[in-house]
Amino acid sequence: MLDDFLTRAVLAGIGTALVAAPLGCFVVWRRMAYFSDATSHSAMLGIAIAVALQINPAWGALATALAIAIALTVLSGRTIASDTVLGVFAHGALAAGIIAATLLPGRRIDLEALLFGDILTVSQSDLAVIWAGAALVLLFFALRWNAILTATLDPDLARASGLHPEREQMGLTLALAVVVAISIEVIGVLLIGALLIIPAAAARPLVKTPEHMVLGAFGIGLASIIGGLQIAAAQNLPAGPSIVCTALACFMLTAVFVRR
Amino acid sequence: MSIISAENITIRRGNRTALDNVSMAIATREIVTVVGPNGSGKTTLLRALIGSEPLTKGRIHRMPDLRIGYVPQGLRLDPALPITVSRFLSLPRRHDTGTIGDALRQSGADGLETRPLSQLSGGQLQRVLLARALLGRPQLLLLDEPTTGLDQPGSAAFYRRIEDLRHEIGCAVLLVSHELHVVMSASDRVICLNGHVCCQGRPDAVASAPEYRALFGTGTGGALALYRHDHDHSHDHPPH
Repeated sequence: MLDDFLTRAVLAGIGTALVAAPLGCFVVWRRMAYFSDATSHSAMLGIAIAVALQINPAWGALATALAIAIALTVLSGRTIASDTVLGVFAHGALAAGIIAATLLPGRRIDLEALLFGDILTVSQSDLAVIWAGAALVLLFFALRWNAILTATLDPDLARASGLHPEREQMGLTLALAVVVAISIEVIGVLLIGALLIIPAAAARPLVKTPEHMVLGAFGIGLASIIGGLQIAAAQNLPAGPSIVCTALACFMLTAVFVRR
Repeated sequence: MSIISAENITIRRGNRTALDNVSMAIATREIVTVVGPNGSGKTTLLRALIGSEPLTKGRIHRMPDLRIGYVPQGLRLDPALPITVSRFLSLPRRHDTGTIGDALRQSGADGLETRPLSQLSGGQLQRVLLARALLGRPQLLLLDEPTTGLDQPGSAAFYRRIEDLRHEIGCAVLLVSHELHVVMSASDRVICLNGHVCCQGRPDAVASAPEYRALFGTGTGGALALYRHDHDHSHDHPPH
């Protein structure tokens, strides 16, 4: 069954949508959109370094995403760093990564696949990495869900209940780095942010509780990935942008037609 | 025996000193009111007690496993986060619907379970926050300006509710207020704060203390006194 590239693509899509939904909701609730962009764009540089050192690119992506995410979390202290600082990091990391990738001798990196993803070429070992990472992130959310949610609503309420909001923030930061590393193959560094926030934002008008928003984001994310894949295959379009445009269509539908 | 105490705490932010060498303690079942003008460090003191403010100097002592119910001034709810009252009350620990209903009734917010948190009025949100604090079976209730946005009868009713709760669940209460002349008559002790502890004692003693008069007595022609909520509610409200 895993021999079929389309089956592998769908399985990769499901794994990614499963983790993008809860993480994407927190990115929206905690206003971390720029933060997630900075983290995912920095993965570009890590992949270039990994290829130069001839190690698995996923590890390079994970390492830089972790480094940048932790640095930003620590530097910003108790509050999320300003939009401007994060914007500087997001675009700077992307530009530096592209230059590093171009400088590699013999053009060993497919820049377009890296930027926009290449879900149709997902290998069995890619699939293993995606599902292992997804399992890890889902376990984290299952264990810490109520704590992160309380800390997101109000850090002081969380602290008075004996929780540690800064630990939950760090947990989210690590989860983000893992999700970035496993989503590159599916959607590409440029559009990971879109896969996180668009399905979550599209689900918002439909729901009344945080848990339903996660379920809605998962449904819309999965539908976008599978729908986008089909459109891409039928019309010979790039897969990543097709997925994002499908999600965008869902967002516009719920924004326009669902009255709150 | 005190369940929580601050020992010579100083909190500096940049070159601004929010609290300067403040010591205070709360005993079991005691109701303590902290009064002080805006910017006097009242909220900072509450946040220091729950561990949200790093101390520049001094220490906070807490009874081991002290259960704190914290009622903040309000919530900055992001409209992107959908949440109903009953879901909010189950954070961080789940409670069954019966327990949630009881807590809402005790707080005077019955029937709000399915309402989105973002659609509550200020007074309703205040009571829901109180209900959430009660669900943790607190030994200490911390209330930050709980009567903001309530009119005078509303404030009086809220204070009476707190007094009843102290009898029902036997918790200590620390509440903070800038309504200098509207202090609960049920307070065992009033602490007058202005960056440092100006004076403290029983409500009537503090009301006549020269430090209190110096801080709050100006501009009211000496008419200022501690307002007791069991007195006439139509009593003229002197301008601040």
